[in-house]
Amino acid sequence: MSLLGRIAPQLIALAALVALVSFFFPGFLSISYHDGRLVGPVIDVLKRGAPVALLAIGMTLVIATRGIDLSVGTVMAICGAVAASAIAGGLGVGPALLLALGAGALAGLWNGVLVAVVGIQPFVATLILMTMGRGIAQLITEGRILTFTDAGFAFFGSGMMLGLPVPAWMWLIAGLGTALLMRLSALGLLIEAIGINRRASALSGVNATVLLIAVYVASGLCAALAGIVVTADIRGADANNAGLWLELDAILAVVIGGNSLLGGRFSVTASLLGAMIIQTIDTGVLLAGFPPEYNLVIKAGLVLIILVLQSPRIAAEWRVWRETQRAPPPDRTRTEGGA
Amino acid sequence: MVLSIRSLTKSFPGTRALDAVDFDLAAGEVHALLGENGAGKSTLIKCLTGAYRRDGGEMVLDGQHIDPRSTVEAQDLGIGTVYQEVNLLPNLTVAQNLIFGREPRRFGLIDAATTRRAAREMLARYGLKIDVDRDLGSYSVAIQQIIAIARAVALSGKVLILDEPTASLDAREVEMVFDVVRGLRADGLGIVFVSHFLDQVFDLSDRVTVLRNGRKIVTAATADLSRVALIEHMLGRELEDEVETQSAEEPDADRPAFLRFEGYGRSGVVAPFDLGIAQGEVVGLAGLLGSGRTETAEMIFGVRPAQTGSARDMDGPLKLSSPAAAIAEGFGFAPEDRKTDGIVADLSIRENIILALQARRGWARPIGRAEQNRLAEDYIRRLDIRTTSREKPVGELSGGNQQKVVLARWLAMNPRFLILDEPTRGIDVGAHAEILRLIHELTEAGMAVMVISSEIDELVAVADRVIVLRDRSHVAELTGPRVTGDEIMRAIASEATDRRGQVPA
Repeated sequence: MSLLGRIAPQLIALAALVALVSFFFPGFLSISYHDGRLVGPVIDVLKRGAPVALLAIGMTLVIATRGIDLSVGTVMAICGAVAASAIAGGLGVGPALLLALGAGALAGLWNGVLVAVVGIQPFVATLILMTMGRGIAQLITEGRILTFTDAGFAFFGSGMMLGLPVPAWMWLIAGLGTALLMRLSALGLLIEAIGINRRASALSGVNATVLLIAVYVASGLCAALAGIVVTADIRGADANNAGLWLELDAILAVVIGGNSLLGGRFSVTASLLGAMIIQTIDTGVLLAGFPPEYNLVIKAGLVLIILVLQSPRIAAEWRVWRETQRAPPPDRTRTEGGA
Repeated sequence: MVLSIRSLTKSFPGTRALDAVDFDLAAGEVHALLGENGAGKSTLIKCLTGAYRRDGGEMVLDGQHIDPRSTVEAQDLGIGTVYQEVNLLPNLTVAQNLIFGREPRRFGLIDAATTRRAAREMLARYGLKIDVDRDLGSYSVAIQQIIAIARAVALSGKVLILDEPTASLDAREVEMVFDVVRGLRADGLGIVFVSHFLDQVFDLSDRVTVLRNGRKIVTAATADLSRVALIEHMLGRELEDEVETQSAEEPDADRPAFLRFEGYGRSGVVAPFDLGIAQGEVVGLAGLLGSGRTETAEMIFGVRPAQTGSARDMDGPLKLSSPAAAIAEGFGFAPEDRKTDGIVADLSIRENIILALQARRGWARPIGRAEQNRLAEDYIRRLDIRTTSREKPVGELSGGNQQKVVLARWLAMNPRFLILDEPTRGIDVGAHAEILRLIHELTEAGMAVMVISSEIDELVAVADRVIVLRDRSHVAELTGPRVTGDEIMRAIASEATDRRGQVPA
């Protein structure tokens, strides 16, 4: 299937949402240009959606292997705490970034070893770090909200580059890079193969254990980037609230992206569109002027509509309906020669 | 007859699992149902218990035509089943398990005292003196199995199906369960007994029906059958039936071995064996189900690596610690169960064919799309894979075409040693012949091939040498003119007949 064909449902859903939000808030698509920066609600969506979009990249790969990573929200908090304490300790921006990414990779390695080597179910294996991780983050921040004033590090949360917010650049580059890496190398095929049938893939010589560990490490690295963004944005590490419940938004983004939780075929691009759909709903509900207590109900309703419209059963009904509109109906009983 | 089945037919896409099978069961008899994998035993039982709906034929129980749509309906009709794995609830008490689903009620609440009393009454006829208030899980598997039987009999009461009930029991426990079964036979129940253990079949059953490839081969009184005759029926060969083979004329003994396994084994899986394999040679592995054929192949391919012995080629020792390591040594393995171990169903034919090749090259060196297309088109043509497109998901192909895709995956690797486990199972006659022809082509080009098969004729037709396995050890090696159906059958049956003192002429 061509890329455009694959992501068409997500593009249509996003366009419909933008139209809906514009109806309530006509200025939604307006973008202005001041002092070398683009300003407008859409730019805000690109920036605020960055943490979930970054998480969705890694989550897509994990889900493609028929796994799940519940720990990413917590890993964000750990990596934010590591970065903030490095900055507060006077280590400078470069070492702080490397330490945060290292912490994310280590968390992913832990998950990956539990899943691929020990053989614990992914849900349970990553639940361990999800519950334990906030405690680790609190130990690093010593129970306080660890603040800092380093403008160099804050750049990753609130800086601008070529007119766009830096967090937007981060998920765009990470997403594009991952999508290209998956399709230009054989990684995409091998990950799909182990997600569909790990045993058959291993018998064909695919090193399923190493690949499984690698996708959890990738998910950890994405969580580290998301943690860097939120920490830099508020110039402080909040072990209790950074990334809270974001693992669920990331899973939702992957699902809205049309990726099956049963593993196999995946599209990083579609997951990123899913993340933008979620952020458009969040921002749109606020801009449209609904009282804040309605936010979650409206969000849940819209997500439900999108998922129902994308469901295979509805899609099949739609195809049948379309074919009955044509005359004469095409021959659908063609069979393969048995051998 | 309490139960009679006429012309029972059931098809699945690509295979006819049951082809006009007749089966009779008298009240007060134990009727054994035998056959190798894929013979149709479990399909027959599933049709009988309502797990499958039959395509054709009729089933008559006590003079009534029946058509159960679920296991519950079959139970209500009088057909109860006990499976290999106890399917009761280990965390409930014995009494709760026995009465589950029809608890006596008093003022709308479950009456525990009546439950206990009813449970004790149910168990009384089985001579089982156990505490019905203890959790089921605290008793041995044999006792659990008897409780499962008691429950099935109480619920249904006309026909009892025992589907490999003894597979996880030791000899003393088997005897315990058999005493219970004999008691039920005396009470006039019709009992269908499925087992792979021939000793148990001779021990317990009154009559035997053998299925093979979905057809009924024979029904006979157990006392009239010799062990060899029974194995003949199961494997589809007759001892007198001499088949002239091309392999008989080739002197194989002087071919130098290019792969050599010495003392190769794994405890509890396959007893250590010695085996040399020459270039261009086809080695067949024969034996009944569970004799260690597949286990030998999996050990050689590093799925469950050997613990003892060594493997070497002309250049030195081989490392066969994992499938990837075995592939690096130039081995290939097309497993028995295509669906779970062979194909990656949602990937296309093209992707399935290049999978092993890509895995060996590593992720960083992808095979170009043009090269992938060329490989896929090439093998689709060479192996005559019937498909509308190379991009079709493999899961949508028929069994024979799926098998050809798995073969193509290995041929694309150009291995020096290819293991084929049941390469022709569940595929039609045309594809069967094509695959045997392909094996000949490969060996002429110098590849060594190991073929595992339940079909003795197939081994005789294709193999230069046949290793016979029994009880997880290599017991005989037949070469040259000795590769005949007779010799293979005798080697498979020999120990069993010795033990019974019925050495065939």
